[in-house]
Amino acid sequence: MPVLEQNDRRIWKRRDRATQMRIWLTWLVGVSILMLCWEYISRQTMWIFVLDAPQQAFDMAARMSNPRWEYTEVILVPMWDTINIATLGTLLAIGVAVPMAFLAAHNTTPSRALIRPLALGVIVTSRSINALIWALLLVLIFGPGLLAGVIAIALRSIGFIGKLLYEAIEEIDPRQVEAVRATGAKPAQVLAYGVVPQIMPAFAGISVYRWDTNIREATIIGLVGAGGIGIQLQSSVNSLAWNQVSIIFMAILLTVLVSEWVSARVRHAII
Amino acid sequence: MTAPADTPRRWRKAPFIAHAGWRYALYAGALIYLVIGIGSLSVDWGRVIAGLDRGGAFLGAFLQPDFTSRWNSIQEGMLESLAMTVVSTVFGVLLSIPVALGAARNIAPWPVYYVCRGIIALSRAFQEVIIAILFVAMFGFGPFAGAVTLAFATIGFLAKLLAEDIEDIDRGQLEAVRATGARWLQLMNHAIQPQVAPRFIGLCLYRLDINFREASVIGIVGAGGIGSTLNTAISRYEYDSAAAILLIIIAIVLAVEYSSGYIRRTFL
Repeated sequence: MPVLEQNDRRIWKRRDRATQMRIWLTWLVGVSILMLCWEYISRQTMWIFVLDAPQQAFDMAARMSNPRWEYTEVILVPMWDTINIATLGTLLAIGVAVPMAFLAAHNTTPSRALIRPLALGVIVTSRSINALIWALLLVLIFGPGLLAGVIAIALRSIGFIGKLLYEAIEEIDPRQVEAVRATGAKPAQVLAYGVVPQIMPAFAGISVYRWDTNIREATIIGLVGAGGIGIQLQSSVNSLAWNQVSIIFMAILLTVLVSEWVSARVRHAII
Repeated sequence: MTAPADTPRRWRKAPFIAHAGWRYALYAGALIYLVIGIGSLSVDWGRVIAGLDRGGAFLGAFLQPDFTSRWNSIQEGMLESLAMTVVSTVFGVLLSIPVALGAARNIAPWPVYYVCRGIIALSRAFQEVIIAILFVAMFGFGPFAGAVTLAFATIGFLAKLLAEDIEDIDRGQLEAVRATGARWLQLMNHAIQPQVAPRFIGLCLYRLDINFREASVIGIVGAGGIGSTLNTAISRYEYDSAAAILLIIIAIVLAVEYSSGYIRRTFL
């Protein structure tokens, strides 16, 4: 906190001039960027449609408010498919992500120079691409259906589970590993008795959390044809059947709440 | 001291679930689910084998991505995605703060608490893409619907985490500032804000990350951004352009992630 001497008087200031200028400059740049971005969006927007929005919203709410209950039977199987996509996708992801995590953690990797960067590359690539984009690509390869969905969910989850798990592996207590090694254990035994018990709680928490997230993701990948409730959602929205959309929303909401409850219970039991 | 002769000398790891009946029931249940689940996939192997060629073509396209022939629409989509990210993060953060203050049990009266918790639950229940479908139906196609979607999703995410932080603060500081006769706004500014600000800024940067990832996707349902360009490229089988778009997305995601990590490490 600088004190200025001016005409024999000492004036207290919170910040000196340079710091104050720097703060102003940061604000100026930040606000300018925001204005530029807003201007860009505004130019691409048909404001007539936006001004019309309240009426559209009332209209939609009115159409959604008398749900077509018979439609519930139609979406039972797609909802089951959605849950299957999320569960099988998570299992498949665990199968790939666990070895990846051990290859990527600096204390368990067989080669820091070669294999670790490769494993990290796999994890990063998987994490940066959204499940919906993976689904878009995989529908092209495998055709529309659940298989593309399962693999899309798995490909996105590998990065998530892999990243959190390798960080957990890197944070383990090295003395326990040392102790197991001192008994004459082989490398596989060191992993099984020194490392695995330490990361087991983190692993279970991460997997269940990802499963919960994947249920949400699985509700949308049907929009590009990769199976699940998204297909019904897409066709109902396209045909403006809002009374079916509200049934789908209720089904999704129920599933998400149940999966969130299960995931919270499991994580609570572990911690 | 000698061990009784009939005690097995071999040590065995304790089983995951102590009760054998429950253990085998769990294994059997998991196995049955796997069989039913995998059975429900109904894979058309002929189609998969036919599709593998396309998969190969796509992988090949990654080795020689085509940035030039669709550069105009790629550039436009990217700028749109970035603009949506910035605008939605800023407005989402600004709106999430009052919601979070209302959703913290220790400072909000109960009617406000339930209203704010309701807003958070509503915003968190649905995936961004589903919200985008609704907003596109309301606001029409384009980045405005996308920005509103992401801002709405940001409110739920940040307000929940910030409210939990506020609930965990040190009550002593709150008491001390209140004892000086501070008004409500001064209480927020001098007792609560200093305790939660560093973590909140970190969370905002994290949400910026997430918003960019989502902004590159919601274009698929018409909410603006690079997603629509990508969707067009893939449905036209222009793998090389699609590969270029994906590479740009990965590069920007990494850049955003590393710069936000750098900011968090150096300034917070």
